[in-house]
Amino acid sequence: MMRLTMVFLALSLVLAACALPGEDGRPTRRDRPLLVSAAVSLSGVMETLTTDYTRRTGTAVELNLAASTVLAIQIIAGARVDLFVSADLFQMDRVAAEGLIRSGTRVDLLSNQLVVVVPADVTASVTSPAMLLQPMFGRIAVGDPDGVPVGVYARAYLESVGLWDRLKVRLVPGRSARAVLATVEVGAVDAGIVYRTDARSSDGVREVFEVPVAEGSAISYPAALTTQGTNPAAAEQLLRYLQSAKARAVFEQAGFIVPESQQ
Amino acid sequence: MSDILRIASFTVAMAALATLVILPPGVALAWLLARRQFPGRMVLATLVSLPLVLPPVATGLILIRLLGRRGPLGILLEPVGIEVMFTRLAVVLAMAVMGLPLLVRAAQAGFEQVDRRYEQIAATLGAGPVRVFFTVSLPLAGRGVAAGALLGFSRALGEFGATILLAGALPSTRTIAVAIFTYNETGQEAAATAMVAVSATIAFGALFLSNRLATSGPWRPAS
Repeated sequence: MMRLTMVFLALSLVLAACALPGEDGRPTRRDRPLLVSAAVSLSGVMETLTTDYTRRTGTAVELNLAASTVLAIQIIAGARVDLFVSADLFQMDRVAAEGLIRSGTRVDLLSNQLVVVVPADVTASVTSPAMLLQPMFGRIAVGDPDGVPVGVYARAYLESVGLWDRLKVRLVPGRSARAVLATVEVGAVDAGIVYRTDARSSDGVREVFEVPVAEGSAISYPAALTTQGTNPAAAEQLLRYLQSAKARAVFEQAGFIVPESQQ
Repeated sequence: MSDILRIASFTVAMAALATLVILPPGVALAWLLARRQFPGRMVLATLVSLPLVLPPVATGLILIRLLGRRGPLGILLEPVGIEVMFTRLAVVLAMAVMGLPLLVRAAQAGFEQVDRRYEQIAATLGAGPVRVFFTVSLPLAGRGVAAGALLGFSRALGEFGATILLAGALPSTRTIAVAIFTYNETGQEAAATAMVAVSATIAFGALFLSNRLATSGPWRPAS
């Protein structure tokens, strides 16, 4: 048995030796890749766009993709993030309150829209939010209204149309938009309120109602340079690129709304 | 697919490294807790075990506040050119902190099972405490130490909460657990499932070995 353990440890060491070198020649500050912290819900579009940006400019980009809360905590702890793209206004405000946002660089990069989805094999027609009161919608998945942005927005909308108090008991809170989507996909709930981009990304759900942009509260994905980045010039260039016509096409293809001010 | 194998071997390598890092201090701590009475012993034992019961995110928050560039330890490390956040060092550190309690507890049990008489006999024959430790106590507690190392290694393999905070989810620091999260959040279910299967297989192997070591009883010298 001891011999087995030794063999195991030796194997692990060989693996470690193989994995460690390679890129461990720590890049100097100058040729360090641009570090972009982006909300994980933006993974697909950010991967496409940063790859294209690198192809055009030769500047390498490393993407750190996690929940906006995690990204904000990292920046506040001192992470050398060049560009922060948050899916949550509050998290950007939090970083700004610490004085870690480069002044004048913050933009409202993207917007989104709330939609009601049902499992793909369910037929339902919803032409007004009040139709969610029908008995067929016994359980409705939403983001946790106490902190998960998609849930905060859903709550604000349901309150604004006067349905919150009556629907409250039917709501099943999830810890991310993706989690909400998954519960609808498997039919664990009768409907869910997610972003349009989530609905587009899934074959397992069908969109039955779109919250009119003018009625829902403004959903914003703010982007800004942090004061701790190592390459502000390139970061600024990347942020401009993310506002270009080419980037807009990619964002809109995925279902995002590019705010008027940028068009 | 190649991505999945690359992430898996990276994670195994980092977990192995973390296990090696905690082995010397972990064994020393385990021996101290098993064999010595000193003031603050229970406090030390509790502190070491804390990451076992704290939510991993809480451990991650503590680590990131200490080791981030703006944290008290981070400030000390920066002039020496050591940056922890978003590096492989961060991956190893998060794994080490989470694995340490499991190593110490199992190794401590291993030392406690060693019959003190063997140690005493060695001492009466003239062996100093260091020699007693290396020639009697450690070999006799070997199974416990090995079982603990494998437990710590298994825990390190699955570490998520502290890792994603301290090491981020960058291509260069992505572990199995972080990759499962990312694949899930981006709807790449096939990749997520494959990653789960790989992770379960490796963890099964390590845990199986650990259990066999732990349950086969203390090793006794052949008479």
